This record gives sequence, C-alpha cells and structure tokens, in this order.
Amino acid sequence: MSQQIGTVTWVNGPVVRSRGSRRVGMMELVEVGDEHLVGEVIGMQGDITTIQVYEETSGMQPGAPVFGTGLPLSVELGPGLLKSIFDGVQRPLPVIEMRTGSFISRGMHLTPLYRKDRWNFTPRAKEGDAVSGGTILGTVPETPALEHRIMVPPDLSGTLTWVAPEGQYTITEPIARLRIGSADDAGESREVELTMLQRWPVRKPRPYRSRLGQNIPLITGQRVLDSFFPLAKGGSGAIPGAFGSGKTVTQHSIAKWADAQVVVYIGCGERGNEMTEVLQDFPHLVDPRTNRPLMERTVLIANTSNMPVAAREASIYTGITIAEYFRDMGYHVALMADSTSRWAEALREISGRLEEMPAEEGFPAYLATRLAEFYERAGYVETLSGQSGSVSVVGAVSPPGGDFSEPVTQHTKRFIRCFWALDKALASARHFPSINWLDSYSEYIADVAGWWKEQVGQDWYALRNQAMEILNEENRLSQIVKLVGPDALPDEQRLPLETARLLREGFLQQSAMDDVDAFSTVQKQIQMLSLILHFHHRAQSIIKRGAPISMIHNLPIVITLIRMKSVVPNDQLEKLDGIRQDIDRQMDKLESEYA
Amino acid sequence: MSEVLDRVSEVLDQSNERRMGHGGQEVIGVSRIDGPIVIVEGAGNVGYDEVVEVIDAQGQRRRGRVLEVGENTAAVQVFGGTTGLSIDGTRVRFLGQPLRIPVAEEMLGRVFDSMGQPIDGGPMPLTDRHADVNGQPINPTARVYPRDYIQTGISAIDGMNTLLRGQKLPLFSGSGMTHDQLAAQIVRQATLGVPAGQRGSEGASATSTEQFAIVFCAMGVKHDVAAYFRESFSQSGALTRVAMFLNLADDPPVERLVTPRSALTLAEFLAFERQMHVLVVLTDMTNYGEALRQISNVRGEVPSRKGYPGYLYSDLASMYERTGRIRTSEGSITQIPILTMPNDDITHPMPDLTGYITEGQIVLSRDLMQQGVYPPISVLPSLSRLMKDGIGEGRTRADHSHWSAQLYASYAHVQNVRSLASVIGEEELSTVDQQYLAFGGSFEREFVSQGLTENRTIDETLDIGWRLLSMLPKEELTRVSEGEIKKYYREAHAAH
Repeated sequence: MSQQIGTVTWVNGPVVRSRGSRRVGMMELVEVGDEHLVGEVIGMQGDITTIQVYEETSGMQPGAPVFGTGLPLSVELGPGLLKSIFDGVQRPLPVIEMRTGSFISRGMHLTPLYRKDRWNFTPRAKEGDAVSGGTILGTVPETPALEHRIMVPPDLSGTLTWVAPEGQYTITEPIARLRIGSADDAGESREVELTMLQRWPVRKPRPYRSRLGQNIPLITGQRVLDSFFPLAKGGSGAIPGAFGSGKTVTQHSIAKWADAQVVVYIGCGERGNEMTEVLQDFPHLVDPRTNRPLMERTVLIANTSNMPVAAREASIYTGITIAEYFRDMGYHVALMADSTSRWAEALREISGRLEEMPAEEGFPAYLATRLAEFYERAGYVETLSGQSGSVSVVGAVSPPGGDFSEPVTQHTKRFIRCFWALDKALASARHFPSINWLDSYSEYIADVAGWWKEQVGQDWYALRNQAMEILNEENRLSQIVKLVGPDALPDEQRLPLETARLLREGFLQQSAMDDVDAFSTVQKQIQMLSLILHFHHRAQSIIKRGAPISMIHNLPIVITLIRMKSVVPNDQLEKLDGIRQDIDRQMDKLESEYA
Repeated sequence: MSEVLDRVSEVLDQSNERRMGHGGQEVIGVSRIDGPIVIVEGAGNVGYDEVVEVIDAQGQRRRGRVLEVGENTAAVQVFGGTTGLSIDGTRVRFLGQPLRIPVAEEMLGRVFDSMGQPIDGGPMPLTDRHADVNGQPINPTARVYPRDYIQTGISAIDGMNTLLRGQKLPLFSGSGMTHDQLAAQIVRQATLGVPAGQRGSEGASATSTEQFAIVFCAMGVKHDVAAYFRESFSQSGALTRVAMFLNLADDPPVERLVTPRSALTLAEFLAFERQMHVLVVLTDMTNYGEALRQISNVRGEVPSRKGYPGYLYSDLASMYERTGRIRTSEGSITQIPILTMPNDDITHPMPDLTGYITEGQIVLSRDLMQQGVYPPISVLPSLSRLMKDGIGEGRTRADHSHWSAQLYASYAHVQNVRSLASVIGEEELSTVDQQYLAFGGSFEREFVSQGLTENRTIDETLDIGWRLLSMLPKEELTRVSEGEIKKYYREAHAAH
C-alpha cells in the first residue's frame, strides 16, 4: 500500500523535507526512512514536501526514502478502545512494552486495536433494512460498564443484504453486508462488507445531525464546580493555573467522578508518573453510578513530555475523535486534555523549525484558529441515528509564570464558556481545589438552572447567587480589614466575613484524598449550601438585636458546619437535618438572651 | 600511564565503529564558523544528531554533534568551543552514531568530563557497554508509581514536602543562598523511610541494606562548589558510591548540553540494569538553560520568552523525565536539580518550566536566610506532588496528611496576620491573631530551622508540629480531625 514518493533532503528535529512526487496529499500519512517512521505532510512547495515526523529522527540521513500511504492520519475505532492506553498517534503502549521493554523505541508498526480478541456481537438491524450512516447494526458488551454500539460508518448508506447472527467475532471479521445505491438505478449499486473496525481521519470532525442546547450540567461531584461554576454537558471549559496550583488533581477528580458514560483522558506533554498514577488507580476506583471500576469507561492517551513532540500535537485530535465516536453511539463523553499549553508549544516548536513568521511569544499566527477548531468539537448533538450524545471538553492551560495574559490562556478564553481560574495563593494555603471564586466564571449558569429545579427540587440559582454575594462582600470588606483590622468593622459587617469563612472552609474546600469528601452528590451540595445560608440568616437577625459577633463565632455549630463535608456521607443526608435542628436550637437560645 | 589510556580509548573507538558499521567519513575544511557552530559542506550521508570529531590544524580533537542536515551541508555544534578552528585547516570526521558514553558500575568513585572521559587521572573504565546519551522515553505503562518515602531528616521536607523514591524534586534557590549545603545534607542523610515509631529497632538505613549510588552533575558551577560536594560525600564515607560529571564554570558552555545527559545515562544503567537506588544531583540547571539559549540564538531560531528557545520545555523534560522506577528493576532514580532563580524570580522561564515538569519544588527564601534560618525553606510555595502517596498509616503516621494540611493553613494565616500587624500594630490584634503571630515565629525557628548535621526522625518532626499547633486554640484547627486533636493536642501548652 505504500510506495516511494521521494527522498529526504533536510532534517531538523521532527521536521523533515523531501523531494519527489507532486501528488502527495496535504496532511497525508507518510513513512520516512528505512525504519518507516510515521509522519504527516504539513506543507508542499513544488516538489518539496515538508513532513512532521511522530518519532525521534536521530540518525536520519538525506537520501533516505519517503513512502506515501495515500491516507490521512486516522484512528481505529471499534471494540477494545476502553481500558486502553495509547500514545499520541494511537499506538498501544502496553504492546510496545511487550515488544521493546520499558523504553519506547521507534519504528514500531502496531495496530491500535487488538485483532485477535473475539467480541460477543448481538445484531439489532436485520437483512433488508435500509440504513444510513450512524445506524446501529448491533451491540457488543465491551465492558460491564458500557455497551459498545456498532454503527454504519458515517459516509455510507444503503440496504443491508446480510447481518451476522449473534456470536463471537473479531473486529476484522464481517458482521454485515451493505448494498450501496438504491435498487432502482441498477448497475450503480455495489456491495461492501462492514466490520466492527472503522477508521476516521483525526483532523476531521465526525458528522452529526444537529446541535442541541446545553441545559444539563455535567455533574462532577466537586462542589465548587457543580454549585458555583457548572459546566454543561457538551460544553467546554478551561482550567488555567501556574504550576503547583492543582490543575492535574482537578482534572483527575473530574475524570473520576463526572457523570459521563465514557471518559477520554489525554496526557499531553505532561509527566509520566501522572499517567502511571491513573493507570494504577483507575482499575481500583469504583464509579459510584455503575459500581464498576472507573477504568471500564476510560480511554487514556499518553504522550508524555519526553515523547516525540509532533505526536503530542496529534494527541488531542486522536483523543477527540475517539470521544466523538462514543458520542455518536448516544453516550455522554467527557474529555480532559492536560495540558493544552503543551500542545500549543508543540505547534510553536514545529512552526519555529519551519521558520514561519511568529505572532505573539513565538506562537504561530494560526494558534487561535487551531484552538477554536478543537474546542468547537465539543457539543451536545443529535447523532446521525437520532439519539442524543455529547462531548464535554475540559482543557488545562499552563500559563508561563501563572500569568493569564499570555496568548494560550487569552485565546482559549475566547472559545470556552466556563473558566476555572486556579489561584496560587489558595494552593499555597492548601485550599483545594484552588479555584478562585472571584476570577472564575461559567456562562452555563442560567442554562442549567432549570435542571437543578427539576432534578434537585430546590432553588439552586437563588442559593448560589446569595452565596456568591456573601463571598464578594467578603472580598470587599477584607480590603478594609487589611487597613484597619477586623475590630473596626460593625458586627453586621463582620457576619459576612464569618459566613464566608464557612463557605470557604466548609463548602468550597474539598479534599480529593478524603473518602467521604472526594465526591458530593448534588443533593448533598445543595443541602450543605442551604444550611450555611440558614445559619447566616438566623445570625443576621440575632446580630440586629444586639448580640455581639463573638457569640456567633463561638457557637459550637460553626465547627460542625465546617466539618460536615467529611462527616456526612452521601447516603446519610438525613444527618444534615440534625445539623439544621442544631443551628435552630443554638440560635433560639441566643435569640432568647437578646430578645 | 597516558599511553595506556590512549590505547584503551583507541580500542574502544574502534569497537564502537565496528558496531555501528560506519567508517568515519572525513571532510576537510568547513564553510562557516559562527560561535560554537560550524557549517560543513560536502558531506554525504550525514545523520541527524550524529556525533562528529572536529580536528584542528594542530591535530587537537574535540567532539561535536549534528544539529541540522541538508543534502550537502551539516550544521555542527562543537562541544569544546570553536576557538582556534580555521576554515581550511579543520577536519571534521562524522562518526555515524549518536553520542555515546561508557557505562559501568566501576564508574562509581570516579570523576568524568561531560563526555564521560575520566578526568581524575585514572584509567578509562573497562567496559564494552556504551549507551546513547539521549536515552529513550520510559513507557508510562512500564513505570511503577513511587510510594516509598525517603527520610531526609529535614523537618520542612519530611513533614511538609515528603520526597519519594523515583521523584524529581528541584531546589529553587538564588545566588548566595544555602542550597548546596541543603542538597549535600539531603544526600548525606537520605535513608529509606520507615513508619513513625519503628525507628530505632532496625535503624534501617537504605545505605546499609540496599545498593545505592549518587550521580553528581555540575554544570557551569565554580570549582569550590564541586569541591564542597566532594568533601561532603567523603565525610559521610560515600565517596566510593559517587560518580561525578563535571563541567565547571571555565569549561566550554556548549558541553553543558551534554553533561546532564551523560550523568543520567549512567544513572539509568545503574538503576535499571544494576538495581541500584540512584540519587542524581544536577547543579545548576540555570547554567544549562543559558547554554541552550546561546546555541539557539546563534542558529537564529525564533525565541519565545526571554530569548529562550520555544522547545525549552521539551528539552528540559527530556532530562527530568529520566527519573522514576520501572517494573523490571528494583532500582530507582531520584532527581534533585538545583536552580538559582535569576533575580529570585520564580516566574523566570527556567524555574517556571521546571516547576511544570518536576513533581513539586522546594523553594528557598532570602528573607528566612537573612533571619538566620537554615535551611531557609519557604514552606508555602514549596510542594511535593507525590507526598500524598508516600505518607499516612503504615508509611509515616496516620495523622500526617491532616497534620501537614493544618500546618500549611495555619502558617498561611500567619502571613495575613503579619501584614495586618504591620499596619495596625501587634497590640491591636485580637488574642487569637496574637497567638498566630507567636505560632509563626516558633514555626520558623523551631520547625523549619535545624542544624547542618541535625537528622530528625519522622516522629520528632511530627511531634514538633503538634507542639506548635498546640499554641493555637483548638477551635482554629479545622483541618485535623477531632480524634487527632484528642490524641495529640497538648492542652497545657495552650494555657500560656
């Protein structure tokens, strides 16, 4: 399938130029040198082709052959994706380990999906059905947590002439035959065999029927996210933060607890040990919704910082194509990319070697376009087969020096609607997740308010806004406190400081390491929030009657409210009612003293 | 003696060439010399990243590396510097292989230059194992996640920023600060940690029961610094377990790009093929960054921040990521890179990008140093990302994680109180805030500060912490559980 299309004339790191055929396609997958290193055509001028190579090019010489494949860079889609870990161009890392040991060597040609596994296929369509792209042919229980739906490839439609009976098949064995073209114009029709294995070019978004509104929140179990800055299913958000501010821990928490049916986690130019942590933890962590190990719904893409930089560039496209594939089955998919800054740096590095004219800070001028293309692949859609599915994207951003005015953060902000700003000062004080409530925002708040009302029953929108008001008030007052000390404030103004402390320590802070606290159901979140606000309102009226703030501060209920997050498990929320009674009892007593 | 050396290295060179199957093609004359880079024309079949030998008119050899190849030209970076090279009189031999260094257990106890050549007067290590200095990336699936903590005997590290085997934890410092002393103390005192309360029964020192080794790599530091470390290793009797790779301040800067890679190549051999626990000290990474910037500059590359090349992150990662543990070996590589932050600026590209790659950082503070605190570890910006997995029940003590969170939170509040006190005066502070002030002072003097040779057990560290926390009212301690307060909080202390 591959024929020589030219010879290498120039090598500079991952960028190679070759001279030869003028018929090579832009973005075509090519193989370079005798070792057949995988690369992609990124530029052409006359008979000179510029190629980015996804592997280390040490020792590559001018004169080495370049082979064309005639295909764009694509991923393999089919049963066997879940529980897998791939590199940036979808090579299975465990298989590489079996072949070459603990270190990754180059020139490995491996099929992403294992060919010999047999999967239990149950047909849903039958002979004679008229089908089109996206129609579900049958199902495979890929893991106990997820049913893999085998679909007609998006670009095909016709009539099924044969569907395999229920049984065990490999992904390359035919499971259906499709006659393309209608029966009327005979002669034009041809028959194709369908297998469970499909390919799709990574840089091309998979088609869907239409976009739907984003009214359902992606519940992550993280209180500061769900209650204060919610992300909608099909939405896109960014987590920017300096090093050590907790980007990765937050990403891991979302990957663990988000109520998505499939999670795609892209470790893009980050640490090797972090991917190892996911690999070792996820098989043992249990998804609270399916009671199955988290790994059974997870696909990992690992292109760590020391792996080839061009493959890092490709990794986020590989990841999002896989996410779209599961979306097309009618699932809700959450995709984490950690970190998009490293991906942008890969763009910059390749652009620099091509000697392109740089825009800001050496980044290429097309940085914003590429970011937009990526984030636009998020969405809540009606699939080709008429189901609804979504891809929600959360990208971590690593701004140099923690300075949010740099190009990647600024451009990202234009294409996302949910911004979770991490704050180094909070992280230093070990306030985690260190999401700054004043700098962060979510444009989905009004969109998802209806869902809260319907599903949780309480007026989340009002509660959230009250809490935000108190936090904003605290911020304003603390400026004054810094100048004159807290004692100079009247007691009515010191109460917001007290309540804000409860909100910060009792609600916003959440320990990813604590078994009870790591994940809060929406019911627990809203009840906790309403308890703290109940405390606030009761205290407010007592202070109006002349009780000093110190009396409120010293109430034992204050400590109870701070500790309730790790004391009350999600399945014993009735304990929170007890806390409400305690608030009332202690407040009643105080009130009677100042009647 | 030197004749023997020459012969040995010649034999080695020949065996290298045989293995690679390339003769050394030689080109006479270069077309351009630009700083440390020469452009060679008329060479065919030159491989990217291949190593070359540059021979000047006097017959002196220096090594170099191919940075870019075209059909007829090659850009070569000369490690020894280009002083004395001429356009016509220079011969360039292409060796047809990437840069390799010998690796052997016998290299422990020896001193080498950047290219792995001995500079201690001893013979070339006798080995036929040569390894590519660039290494290969570790497959994430082959890694073992680090979980064993290393007790350094330093409270601010063991208690607040625990170091684990297989972690990369840099020291962010500034010129004139005590980072060398701290690094040397860590190396001297590092033992495999045991749970609190078990100390003393075994005295299980990692150095006695398991194979350990130290690889020390100096990049552009002064002779005194290298001598200080050597002295310190020698005092602790570890000198025979140390391999030193030196590129000192007066050595050619371009060689600095290879020094850490050579050091890490040996470390990988020792850890992953000889099952040793290797501690790698890299000092000073800032000098490495400058060398990289210099090369990038000469080549006319598009700079990103402060003139550093856009690939600085990937380049640093290619070294820092050569740390960790793998499934097929008992050994481990732990890295302690030292960086002096220019102008103490933590947002400078070198510390900034390092912090994004390494698993935390230990930040030294000039303020603390001036107050006479040693080690001047600024606890709040310091972090060990892997700490959570190496502490707690069965590793250190069950309360360790809450204990450290509480110390962090309380000490962070101390900073607010201090800034308030500087405005309204200490007398105006509330009683609780005054207690915080007292706590803050004691924390720095009694917890962070310790002697150059003081080696605290984890019990001692945890005890000091609880004693200090007991200076605050119980109600303020919301990060520790009520049970922990009952067990460890000292009422009597709070009374005064």
